[in-house]
Amino acid sequence: MASSPASAASEEEAVKAAKVLMVGAGGIGCELLKTLALSGFRDIHIIDLDTIEVSNLNRQFLFRQSHVGQSKAHVARDAVLKFRPNINITSYHANVKDAQFNVEFFKQFNVVLNGLDNLDARRHVNRLCLAAEVPLVESGTTGFLGQVTVHVKGKTECYECQPKPVPKSYPVCTITSTPSKFVHCIVWAKELLFAKMFGDKNQDNDLNVRSNESGTSKSDVFERNADEDLDQYARRIYDHVFGYNIEVALENEETWKNRRRPNPIYIRDTLPEEAIRQNGSSRDINNEQEEPSAMVSLGLRNPQEIWSLADNSRVFLEALKLFFEKREKEIGNLVFDKDDQLAVEFVTTAANIRASSFGIPLHSLFEAKGVAGNIVHAVATTNAIIAGLIVIEAIKVLHGDYKKYRMTYCLEHPSRKMLLMPIEPFEPNKSCYVCSETPLLLEVNTKTTKLREVIEKIIKSKLGMNLPLVMIGSTLVFEDGEGLEEDEAANYALNLEKVLAELPAPVVNDTKLTVEDFQQELSCSINIKHRDEFDEEKEPDGMVLSGWSAPVEKQVTSNGGNQSVASSSGADYADGIVEDISTKPGMKRKLDEVLELKENCDASSSAQVVEDDDDDDLVMLDENPKLAKKKRLQ
Amino acid sequence: MGGGGGAEEELTAQETALYDRQIRVWGVDAQKRLSKAHVLVCGMNGTTTEFCKNIVLAGVGSLSLMDDHLVTEDDLNANFLIPHDESIYGGRSRAEVCCESLKDFNPMVRVAVEKGDPSLIDGEFLDKFDIIVVSCASIKTKLLINDNCRKRSKHIAFYAIECKDSCGEIFVDLQNHSYVQKVGGEPKPKELAYPSLQEAISVPWKNLPRKTTKLYFAMRVLENYESSEGRNACEASLSDLPAVLALRKDMCDKMSLSESQIPTALLERLLAAGKKQHPPVCAILGGILGQEVIKSISGKGDPIKNFFYYDAADGKGIAEDIPPLSSD
Ligand SMILES: [Zn+2]
Repeated sequence: MASSPASAASEEEAVKAAKVLMVGAGGIGCELLKTLALSGFRDIHIIDLDTIEVSNLNRQFLFRQSHVGQSKAHVARDAVLKFRPNINITSYHANVKDAQFNVEFFKQFNVVLNGLDNLDARRHVNRLCLAAEVPLVESGTTGFLGQVTVHVKGKTECYECQPKPVPKSYPVCTITSTPSKFVHCIVWAKELLFAKMFGDKNQDNDLNVRSNESGTSKSDVFERNADEDLDQYARRIYDHVFGYNIEVALENEETWKNRRRPNPIYIRDTLPEEAIRQNGSSRDINNEQEEPSAMVSLGLRNPQEIWSLADNSRVFLEALKLFFEKREKEIGNLVFDKDDQLAVEFVTTAANIRASSFGIPLHSLFEAKGVAGNIVHAVATTNAIIAGLIVIEAIKVLHGDYKKYRMTYCLEHPSRKMLLMPIEPFEPNKSCYVCSETPLLLEVNTKTTKLREVIEKIIKSKLGMNLPLVMIGSTLVFEDGEGLEEDEAANYALNLEKVLAELPAPVVNDTKLTVEDFQQELSCSINIKHRDEFDEEKEPDGMVLSGWSAPVEKQVTSNGGNQSVASSSGADYADGIVEDISTKPGMKRKLDEVLELKENCDASSSAQVVEDDDDDDLVMLDENPKLAKKKRLQ
Repeated sequence: MGGGGGAEEELTAQETALYDRQIRVWGVDAQKRLSKAHVLVCGMNGTTTEFCKNIVLAGVGSLSLMDDHLVTEDDLNANFLIPHDESIYGGRSRAEVCCESLKDFNPMVRVAVEKGDPSLIDGEFLDKFDIIVVSCASIKTKLLINDNCRKRSKHIAFYAIECKDSCGEIFVDLQNHSYVQKVGGEPKPKELAYPSLQEAISVPWKNLPRKTTKLYFAMRVLENYESSEGRNACEASLSDLPAVLALRKDMCDKMSLSESQIPTALLERLLAAGKKQHPPVCAILGGILGQEVIKSISGKGDPIKNFFYYDAADGKGIAEDIPPLSSD
């Protein structure tokens, strides 16, 4: 490659002999598998859980319309074998978190290449690579931005040494009472209203279900009366959530002292004719359709258009009715899915009507779908570039060119002339709880917090453990996973509901917890600090974990300006998370130095790369900025 | 492109579903413009193959391929559009075989073969296209096509791209390009005036900033050498090194540049590469070129002005503006 003929030959040998694991056969994955095959790799294993969707076809070029619904891993394998029939590709239509992909499995590979679309799986793979001591090349793209990083145990930082962006979550009261942005309305429509109407009835929901209307004896207005006409029901729900509930909220004067007061919206105002008339005209049209759509039945064609309040209201009523007419069996089990047209219509229009109440600008279905589905923008070109960069790093890793490893950022606008910017990898973060043994600190009210909450909110959600085990001293208080004896399982189930201080081995101030995940071969210690009070707004978990890299909330900039990626539910990224370098505190400082060569830089980090003005080579600054400056001035 | 014109009709439901993710990047108007753009690619190799894949997926109106060379085993290396089966590619041109594979990628894009010799392309023929990409051609052919593009009353964007193993160069000529630039979220109209290929490669070297990438000079030396020997692009090899070094000295002397700005090791690498292309580098260059063409058609985003260089040895992807504005 980029070196002497002898070295090029040995690189070729290393590539031929290598066994590589690819995780993800999506946007980056398709490009990567193709480029690996062309580059001479002969033994490639590929894992992907997903099946092919229409919206993948614009960039996942190994897939065709006829493949929709099939396994990405299998189809990608077959497509590449067509132009490289003599190599081995092993495909797994499976979740990388499955038990079969354990440390032993990872150990058979020379390098692991990630083309993943979610943080959770990335962290899991990072831990397995650390445990199996296999180098990892990690990647992500969003629109025209992308990045490739190299993680080698003991040599460079691990994937979790730096804080990672996570989807933004919002305080409950912003969603339930005081929305100020469209995204708040989307979260309300999706996670409260949609969930209440069509989801699991046993799930907690913060929506007000009480009504003081005379004649309703029920405690839950969302229940449909046995004799109730569907039109009547739909209008009643409309008036309740957009009218009555706003009136109730308005009674709390304190809330509106410094805020714009919302307008209650009733069907008699938005659709005066439909408040009296029964709407039966659209019924027949929908019989022909495979997938019911309210906008289609109402003759609205353009998802890019911003509908009026009246049109939003019509689509809302129609969508609600279509759920009951065409998809009644699913009601009670539905979870919002961005590929479910009717669900998107319901959520879009509900969000728009609410937005209208609160004086927030309305949005098109296309835009609303993007916000509701956390859809990240993705294009083929960035994925192709990033896949090329992954292969270049993979070859260096196989060849053992440790000094040549680079993390590379793909930028939208040139910075110091560069569109592809290589940076020397950072050293491992000494206080990383994943690749070092630094204990964590958890502040929690040990008298009121249940073990279940700590496991869900901290151990699984923040530390990303899959099947955790919790020990207090030498007492095992919880273990997850299969193969437990019945009495053990019953015992652990009991412990889950106990508050910390009342566990068989009580957890109080200064207790040390050990949490482990055998699959990830990750173990960490958590020191407990008891605290009575927590700020509901700033500390919504009711506990605070420190000593770990807290995630940075993610803002995605689209061509339409700023758009927050919403939702407290699982992230859904198109082709991965780009670490928005401007929002990474550690990264920003480092990049500032790279980009602008600030003279007074505080280079306290371990390793840092700066371009020397007179040479194409990269010069490394070390811990002492003065020394570094000297080096550059030579 | 500047006008784009008649973006009145809406995208079909099928297009909206297929292009959903990218419309979220560049918007509906850009997608409509893409679907009306006609692209010609002269010279099918690893790099242009990558480019073709990218713009077919993006949904251009049509893509025409010009390359009458019969497929040989050498062509298989960095090209995933040619099946490893002589019974399929034997006796057929590169353009024909690639065209067949590309058609599958996106049924909404017309992919066709244009028979002919790029060195004989005339101006009228070019009027059928909005974008011309030239690769594996001599500098003489590139200059001719670029010149013809500039003479047409229609706005035709010109790109030249070469990949030599781990290095690559893209040249861009958008003539007068108006586009929308986003400054702090605010759209602002902007105009750029591009030099022709002739102007861009004949700038006196002493007028260039000292930090100009070494690849720019090295590519000019090789180009000069190949053209003085009457060869096509990428036809020189390592055995030509002594003659190339002599030419380097000659050119450096004439233009008052230190020979150290064009290291022997770099020329050696480029000559050793010959026609060999490194697939990951093809993916990178083809990706960058794809993005540039999309920017130029959509009139959205800052296009590269006017060279792009990538070298896997240092990992940098650099945009160079040559001649620099101040050198007038
Ligand atoms: Zn770490």
